[in-house]
Amino acid sequence: MIVGKTAKTKLSKSSKMKNDKILMKGNIAICEGAIDAGCDAYFGYPITPQNEAPAYMSKKMAELGRVFIQAESEVAAINMVFGAAICGKRAMTSSSSPGISLKQEGISYLAGAELPCVIVNVQRGGPGLGNISGSQGDYFQATKGGGHGDYHIIVLAPYSVKEMYDLTFLAFDLADKYRIPVMILTDGIIGQMMEPVDIGRKSEVGSRKSEKNWKLDGCKGREPRLIRSLFMEEGGLEKHNWHLKEKYDGIKKTEIRYEADFTDDAEVLIVAFGITARICKSAVKKLRQEGLKVGLIRPVTLWPFPEKVISEVASKSKKILVAEMNMGQMVEDVKLAVNGICPVEFLGKPGGAVFSEDEIIQKIKEI
Amino acid sequence: MKKVFSKPESLQDKSNSYCPGCGHGIIHHIIAEVIDELGIREKTIGIAPVGCAVFAYYYWNFDVTEAAHGRPPAVATGIKRCLPDRVVFTYQGDGDLAAIGTAEIIHAANRGENITTIFVNNANYGMTGGQMAPTTILGQKTTTTPFGRNAKRDGYPLKVCELLSSLDGVCYLERVAVSTPKNVLRAKKAIKKAFENQLNERGFSLVEVLSQCPTDWQKTPTDAVKWVDEVLSKTFPLGVYKECVKK
Repeated sequence: MIVGKTAKTKLSKSSKMKNDKILMKGNIAICEGAIDAGCDAYFGYPITPQNEAPAYMSKKMAELGRVFIQAESEVAAINMVFGAAICGKRAMTSSSSPGISLKQEGISYLAGAELPCVIVNVQRGGPGLGNISGSQGDYFQATKGGGHGDYHIIVLAPYSVKEMYDLTFLAFDLADKYRIPVMILTDGIIGQMMEPVDIGRKSEVGSRKSEKNWKLDGCKGREPRLIRSLFMEEGGLEKHNWHLKEKYDGIKKTEIRYEADFTDDAEVLIVAFGITARICKSAVKKLRQEGLKVGLIRPVTLWPFPEKVISEVASKSKKILVAEMNMGQMVEDVKLAVNGICPVEFLGKPGGAVFSEDEIIQKIKEI
Repeated sequence: MKKVFSKPESLQDKSNSYCPGCGHGIIHHIIAEVIDELGIREKTIGIAPVGCAVFAYYYWNFDVTEAAHGRPPAVATGIKRCLPDRVVFTYQGDGDLAAIGTAEIIHAANRGENITTIFVNNANYGMTGGQMAPTTILGQKTTTTPFGRNAKRDGYPLKVCELLSSLDGVCYLERVAVSTPKNVLRAKKAIKKAFENQLNERGFSLVEVLSQCPTDWQKTPTDAVKWVDEVLSKTFPLGVYKECVKK
């Protein structure tokens, strides 16, 4: 296995405080990652399949003397996050697909005002009320903006309970480092899944590197500050948006993360993220045992997207298969990365159900 | 010579962008005077609304943030819960507070958030050119009620102080106007009390200010203040709607 990262932060290694394996649910691992990262304030609203998160945080945050509010709506929750982020606090909210749609207004403002925060989307089936099973139908919404205007947020896609912890922890650091909202794009399967994990606890000490010299906390001993996303002065918005572009380009250079399995000699390359990648990973192992040269790239950052590595592997492969629990969303980014070097096939499942290993194996054999 | 009056420190030395006769300038000034008098400029965080007064941050001389339309009470909640020893206030218009942000204001008030809200009611959407607001009175002509507000088609004016007065989390509600010098002094007293309540941790306080919008009302500044006193305040009577007993 090659873990490709241009960034220095390691995904799995950390200063371990405990080694005990414990049985943990994905949604709880998110909370633990947030708490260990020093999340100061959590604002939530009930929606299945992420309800363990607000319930767990309501108790834990109170015990730690931190802020917890069950808001009156997802709209209010994301705006409370906005308020907490303004004060320089580490703030988060979690929800599921229909609720994330409601938060998009706030996410656009957070991106425009360059406020760091963490947003968790435990995806369920859609459109509309859809169903409450896991889905990957919000890829477009997460990676292409989601709200109005010209912006990006960092999107991380965990594929295990352990990564729910690790990536949530990482999300707070990335948010602060770049003054940007970071989304954990997971799904109802990983959220509800329980696994025995050695969580490898990390400590927030040292992770808060920069003094937030932009935060609002009263203008004692300094000039008053302003947080805004409105730029009415001539040329003001264009300047601001070019500044955002520069920031996004920097993130693309340094924060791309992915995992690559058996890609050195892969004749067929599978690209999949999240729970689908987990299933593909074991399918690839079985296919290798049968002597088929199949490899896997699992984007961990969905934005920025690991287009370069996909393009490199594609140039040596005969075919690419993209598998997603939707009607075909990430496949568009893969096609852009591949740029016609080799054919790209798609296998989808848009009804809120997961693939079986056999479905992947059969599709690979077909192509 | 003894200086008896000067520009408050909480106001920047700038001329504002408001129309002649607009109430915002007076209300900004009152807030600045109150913040100076209470000595809280260096620990105050204001939340500017969507609407004409979004530019309040160009005039006030303390920390200010913007918020999305209707969301200042949620943003204020996030700030105040994280920094309970700072003074947090929202400045909101009638479209912001009483239409798109109805859920946010009711729930912030009902949670008893220890914040102050200055609610500027000028009976229309000023910045967008004078459309019907939730507080537009029956018969009032706006760009979207060209025949006058008709209850059957457009519903009734929303009375925010009356509505919020039933909520347990609310400490103080008063409706004032800035149409005459006497009313301005009364408005200042109410706004000061709303900030003092926050300093004394008494919970949610809101002051509704009937404010004149001569441009969109298509009235002269003098006719506009007259209309506040003679017409608008009949639908929205001035007075205290709730006052909690001192702790």
